[in-house]
Amino acid sequence: MRLVLLLAARDLRQAWQSAGLWLPVAFLLLVASLYPFAVGPDAALLRRSGGGMLWIAALLASLLPVDRLVAPDRDAGVLDQIVLRDIGEELVILARLIAHWLGFGPALMIAALPAAALLKLDSATIGMLELGLLIGTPALAALGLLVASLTAGLRSSGALAGLLALPLAVPLLIFGAGTLGDGSGAALKFLGAASLLLVAITPFAGGAAIRAGRE
Amino acid sequence: MSDAALRLSGIACARGGRLLFRGVDLALNAGESALLRGPNGIGKSSLMRICAGLLSPVAGTIERRGRIALADERLALDMEEPLRAALGFWARLDGADAAALDQALDAMALGSLADIPVRMLSTGQRKRASLARVIAGGAPLWLLDEPGNGLDDASLKLLGKAVAAHVADGGIVVAASHQPLPMTAPVTVELANYVAEDGA
Repeated sequence: MRLVLLLAARDLRQAWQSAGLWLPVAFLLLVASLYPFAVGPDAALLRRSGGGMLWIAALLASLLPVDRLVAPDRDAGVLDQIVLRDIGEELVILARLIAHWLGFGPALMIAALPAAALLKLDSATIGMLELGLLIGTPALAALGLLVASLTAGLRSSGALAGLLALPLAVPLLIFGAGTLGDGSGAALKFLGAASLLLVAITPFAGGAAIRAGRE
Repeated sequence: MSDAALRLSGIACARGGRLLFRGVDLALNAGESALLRGPNGIGKSSLMRICAGLLSPVAGTIERRGRIALADERLALDMEEPLRAALGFWARLDGADAAALDQALDAMALGSLADIPVRMLSTGQRKRASLARVIAGGAPLWLLDEPGNGLDDASLKLLGKAVAAHVADGGIVVAASHQPLPMTAPVTVELANYVAEDGA
């Protein structure tokens, strides 16, 4: 546990120093402010489609930091040095997942508030959107980390990461956006299940990917 | 540290489908050191990574007792952090205290650079920083890949002193180098003698 905290604290500090934390936030706000220009100022249309639009923006925003999640530390030898100390790759990825979500999830949830205002969402939808993001952003963070581990060391890994991540993200998008128009709470449960699955397999799949990619 | 040991028997290594060397045997007990020698590209770094457990040999067995510390060509320090903080992260992972870190910095004459960001350091200073991480970690098994690269005469003397102190303390040092290193009475492994013949 102490190890995980130590690794996560270092990862979070690195993310903060690289100033990459602002990128997803800026992206979400940019999309939210461009969207009304594209579909017109019809408040009813914005309200009806805006929530789903924000889910797409959140998903794409989660792909922005993928190239700095694993590859730089792999190339600098940091991962090898950690593994030498008998710390498993799974633990490294778990710590990284915690750090990545902390730097990404809450910031995205806060950015969703002004974005929702730009899209004229009502307060009930905003509440549902925030709840959905709270459940869904760990999965988005896990997915980003997973494809980052898989593509570390490859050329043009950014483009490949997008191709790998987007199909896997479809359930999150369906259930996430589905929560907005769904009163029964079933979509929320499915979102929770999809999120749990991604968060649970990422340390193992990512750890195995890093081990297999070592040369 | 006295029960530390490193044993290689019949190690063979292939990279990119090409057999680099085979049949390498090495047995080191506490207080012994070895020097791997050979020209560029013969597989010194690969053998180091095999010793560290980061690479699996295609044949042979390896047995390790005791924690490992590796200093290779990759610095693995956070570039924006001051030197002391960057090394401090690894010291905490190694369970070393601040005093051990300060001693290691002094042993590599880095005390005056402790507050300088790592990215400002020169090649030789970075090499010394990676050696300081090995010293501070307190692991009995040191694997030093080209530890003399970029070091000036004074720093080479510091390296020799650190290695001698570690060996005298019951540690094990394996160093790989294409140049002479200030080590006393190491077991020398000439990798050129283990190169596989064509077609073998």
